[in-house]
Amino acid sequence: MTKPKKPILRVENICKILGGKEILKSVSLSLNKGELKVLIGPSGAGKSTLLQCINFLIPPDKGRVWLEETEIQNRKKRDLYAFRQQVGMIFQDFNLFDHLNALENVAIALRKVKKMSRQAARDHAVAELERVGLGDKITLYPAELSGGQKQRVSIARALAMEPKIMLLDEPTSALDPELIGEVLSVIRDLAQGGMTMILATHQIGFTRSLADEVLFMENGRIIEQGSPKDLLSPDACSRSWDFCSRLNELHEEGV
Amino acid sequence: MLDALTAIFEALPYLLKGAIATSGIVIGAMGLGLVMGVHMAVGQVYGNRAVRWFVGLYVWFFRGVPVLVLLFLFYFGLFAIVGLNLSAFTASILVLGMTTAAYQSQIFRGAILSLPKGQLQAARALGMSDIKAIISIILPQALRFSIPGWSNEYSIILKDSALAFVLGTSEIMARSHFVASRTYHHLPLYITAGCLYFLLTWIGVRALLKLEAKVRIPGYSQ
Repeated sequence: MTKPKKPILRVENICKILGGKEILKSVSLSLNKGELKVLIGPSGAGKSTLLQCINFLIPPDKGRVWLEETEIQNRKKRDLYAFRQQVGMIFQDFNLFDHLNALENVAIALRKVKKMSRQAARDHAVAELERVGLGDKITLYPAELSGGQKQRVSIARALAMEPKIMLLDEPTSALDPELIGEVLSVIRDLAQGGMTMILATHQIGFTRSLADEVLFMENGRIIEQGSPKDLLSPDACSRSWDFCSRLNELHEEGV
Repeated sequence: MLDALTAIFEALPYLLKGAIATSGIVIGAMGLGLVMGVHMAVGQVYGNRAVRWFVGLYVWFFRGVPVLVLLFLFYFGLFAIVGLNLSAFTASILVLGMTTAAYQSQIFRGAILSLPKGQLQAARALGMSDIKAIISIILPQALRFSIPGWSNEYSIILKDSALAFVLGTSEIMARSHFVASRTYHHLPLYITAGCLYFLLTWIGVRALLKLEAKVRIPGYSQ
């Protein structure tokens, strides 16, 4: 008999209206420790908005968020900042700090938020950059890095805060095809290392091999969810399979 | 001709003291404008409605009234009303400083708005407060991008500082005028005054160009 695991993150009934349009219609999900859940769905489905509502970069109109047993009171600034430190976020456009080199990009929040000493922050940052394979690039500035390297710096920056969960918002969508692999392999290492993650992506092969659960979003709702085996196979007759096979057709046509 | 050269030569030490006063006014005013302008720009971009409204009103006023009027208004009116008994030199710094603050705030505001929005998001996602993010992430970049506009503002304020003459500040223009009206060598003295302004502009603009190169972010095309 297995004990039911306690979710590390719980999100309930998130609603968001932006510019008069209902972007999220009462979305709920929960995440156990070590799980990788993958959000797929057409653009405009609300994947990005959902991820940004989870750490209140976009304050949801309605809905509640729990990390472990604590409900996040986003009106209390101090609680909100403490919560965000524990939730790493990776953006499609990397969002590195352009005036800081790779090392400083990773170290700055350690110093300003975690109040580490300059030396301790530096050592920690170097270790994180080595972990994503950029030990030899620490003095380079964002403008001197390739897209894949930038995204790996941004992953190192998030990991340095030692987050309990990570939210990854289409981390490979802005990359040239030949650079996608290096970023996916870092994410694969994280997943295999037991990091708890929600990943929005269009990388179906990656999803199939690593996701614990697939959440298919459309029009602001999660309309299907289940294991990749159940959802992403031809005999599932699922909306997810339909969507993915059309993505694959595009790829095969070389578009 | 020789007369004129002698007049310039004799007046030069006296005029150079004026150049020091001019530099003092400009450095003081630009410094005050920098501190006020940065706060106003941040307030106008990130502040609540009341702050934005106040900054808007301030900028509207100081950009709408001639500097000469402002100098008179404050020196002979407003400073006295609030009980401040200031020297002409200090009053010139304050008035020019408050004026350039209005212009500088718009230079900084433009620079802040030109930064990609995502960086603030990333800073917030790391647990930074908005104040920390603005200090550590936004301003270091915005100030870099403001240097060309700021250098322009420097050259404008340097020349506006000649207006401090009307309050009786003993700067380049006041001293040239004084010597010229005593010796009747008007042309050579005003040429010298012009040259001093030219030189100060050149030095300042060059220094700012150097600063711009020094703080350039590697990999960014110029």
